[in-house]
Amino acid sequence: MSDLERGPDAGAGRSEGDADDRADRAVEDAVLEVEALEKRFGGIVAVDGASFAVERGSITGLIGPNGAGKSTTFNCIAGVHRPNGGRVVFDGEEITGEEPHQVANRGLVRTFQIARELPEMTVLENMMLAPKGQRGESLWRSVLPYFREEVLDQERELRERAWETLEFFEIDHLAEEYAKNLSGGQRKLLELARALQTDPEMLMLDEPMAGVNPTLEKKLLEHVHQLREQGYSFLIVEHDMDVIMNNCERVIVMHQGAVLDEGAPAEIKSNEQVIEAYLGGEV
Amino acid sequence: MSGADPDGDPETETAEVPGDEEPDDSEEPSAVIRPEWRSDLLLVAKVVLATYVGFFVVGVLSGAGVNATVGTIQSITFFGAIFALGALALNLHWGYTGMFNIGIAGFMAIGAYTLSIAVASPDGSPAGFGLPIPVGIVLGTIAAGLAGLVLVIPTLRVRADYFAIVTLGFSEIVRLSVQSRSLREIGDTAYGTGGGQGIRATPVDSVVGWLFDQPIVGDVGGVLIVLGETVGIASSVLERGIYTLVLILFVVAFYVLLTRIAHSPFGRVLKAIREDELAAKSLGKRTDRAKIAAFALGCALMGLVGTLWMGSRTHISPDNFMPLITFYVFVALIVGGAGSNTGSVIGGFAFAAFIFEGPRFVRTMVRANLGTDFPRTAHGAFAELGAGDPSALIGYVLYQQADEVRYIVLGVVLIVLMIKRPDGLLGHRKEIAAGVDLSRRGPVADGGRPAVGSDDRAGTESETDDPAATNGGDRDE
Ligand SMILES: Nc1ncnc2c1ncn2[C@@H]1O[C@H](COP(=O)(O)OP(=O)(O)O)[C@@H](O)[C@H]1O
Ligand SMILES: [Mg+2]
Repeated sequence: MSDLERGPDAGAGRSEGDADDRADRAVEDAVLEVEALEKRFGGIVAVDGASFAVERGSITGLIGPNGAGKSTTFNCIAGVHRPNGGRVVFDGEEITGEEPHQVANRGLVRTFQIARELPEMTVLENMMLAPKGQRGESLWRSVLPYFREEVLDQERELRERAWETLEFFEIDHLAEEYAKNLSGGQRKLLELARALQTDPEMLMLDEPMAGVNPTLEKKLLEHVHQLREQGYSFLIVEHDMDVIMNNCERVIVMHQGAVLDEGAPAEIKSNEQVIEAYLGGEV
Repeated sequence: MSGADPDGDPETETAEVPGDEEPDDSEEPSAVIRPEWRSDLLLVAKVVLATYVGFFVVGVLSGAGVNATVGTIQSITFFGAIFALGALALNLHWGYTGMFNIGIAGFMAIGAYTLSIAVASPDGSPAGFGLPIPVGIVLGTIAAGLAGLVLVIPTLRVRADYFAIVTLGFSEIVRLSVQSRSLREIGDTAYGTGGGQGIRATPVDSVVGWLFDQPIVGDVGGVLIVLGETVGIASSVLERGIYTLVLILFVVAFYVLLTRIAHSPFGRVLKAIREDELAAKSLGKRTDRAKIAAFALGCALMGLVGTLWMGSRTHISPDNFMPLITFYVFVALIVGGAGSNTGSVIGGFAFAAFIFEGPRFVRTMVRANLGTDFPRTAHGAFAELGAGDPSALIGYVLYQQADEVRYIVLGVVLIVLMIKRPDGLLGHRKEIAAGVDLSRRGPVADGGRPAVGSDDRAGTESETDDPAATNGGDRDE
């Protein structure tokens, strides 16, 4: 998958972070658990024994300097990359090494650091693609007369849902626009809206605020909070410390492929290692 | 890119198909989503009729004669149907799924050879199974589909350009295999491909003879033949015309099938694969399964086209399946517009008329007016030109080199198309992949449409170099 985003910073090496002192901060009801995850690209160790957990129903932040391995961690969890070591457990079941579509169908859906809208499809088509369990995704059902009626009924239901979600994200005025004509921020919104159409249990958002203007960013965060109240869990990669500190219950700090620290934002803020990692690396 | 909007009507631009049809003000605001059967049919009919009239007028005025002109029109229609079928099948692969299959000739070969071996007489050389033609056609279709299945499963993860090479290699392997001496007669059996000599079998277009034996159809056909002969059209032209009609029925069937696919969740997944396969996977779509199904189906259809085309000859041989055939089908689809089924049909027809048959028609006209006594070499032609006779050069190029002129026309058309209309005649159309109209809440008054007031936003925040947005107004009528 060479077409994935990659951090400009190729810094990698052994991590000095150790996990023992985090045991007491373990989450109570983990929806996602990552244990000793490892991913190498040739000589580069992108993820180097990262372990963390995400509390069910929480907004958890994942921070770290460029090249810390955050996106690679996402890719390993979501099945884009097969990790070289470690375990991923979602909802009590091991999903290590599963295909992206299998992970998504379990209810763990992610967005990408660089939005992957479907450019030559309209916003509505993007939205209609996402829902799970579409009967018409089978070739035969989509063409044979009797089954096609069922398919069309389902299409009508999905259309309603698509419009509702677009309204929720206030991009319904763009519904019939090609996705490629959207601005960067609108694409990010579309990607999130589209991910929601799959009825996920948990969302992993990779820098959802990147390229989003402040107004839109505020809106996006509002949506995230609203959705959290509805029971979704979030793992969000974000660079902006203020955003993380103000919106997340828990924060995981990655540095050089390993987890440096995790805990409440206030605790994280006072960790000297974290400060150093941030000052040392690019923020 | 000009700032001026040629439509002069930005209000409706996003909501409407940039199209030639009048604003759809019927009961349902369904213009965006519904396959526009009515207007598309009209469009195809317009293109076909205009071409017929053009060729007829030019043919008769140039003195080529009614028979030759009608013969050309029948050929155009025959090849138009063939290339429309090919382009429709390819559109499923390339236009929809983004699978760059340049092995079309190979799948056609599998279809046609399977048909021939199934149908050929048991005591022919090589021998066949003597099965009825319809059975042979079905077997040929299935065989090509299975070949597609076998080819696509191991190559699912291969990058698009490598996949293209694999398909091209495959089609050449098929051609060279049927040509090979060792398959001429397989083992000790009398069955085989006939090697370089090919295989002889009852042609598929013998269906015309069968039709003439049927009660009502046969009578109508008989009357047509008599009528044709009175205006100077040979009965063989009309008989071939009847087979062409059968092909047109297949075009309709392909079109209906593929349009259904295009407007279904399955078609949506295919389109998403074309746009960004990883994004589709990350939404839980089983893209591998969809690709396998789409590829195998498209290959089966290509096999069917092979049986209908090459199977209409009494004899097929490996030379009928050169990669050039694949290239022709691609040009047909590019002309019409990849991604659009209606475009595939129009592209197939336009390709057949103006690129494939056009130069031959010119040749016919040259013969009718200037005779056939032209120099055989360029040297001779220029020598006579030097001696003050320009018709020698004209005759040399247009008569002796008519087939080569085809490639020149083809090249020029491709270049002009790439510059003027890179999406083909219809490729820039918004054809929405959904089974139902997606506009707001279905049948709601136009006020409920979300398009109004959206354009200022979309216009400022997006690049409007989208050809759909800027070229909407200058479409062909
Ligand atoms: N597909 C890839 N191939 C090779 N190296 C990669 C690939 N993806 C990421 N990397 C490398 O892995 C490291 C971690 O990158 P990434 O996970 O993108 O960091 P982050 O998202 O935290 O900025 C970087 O050094 C990056 O260059
Ligand atoms: Mg990243």
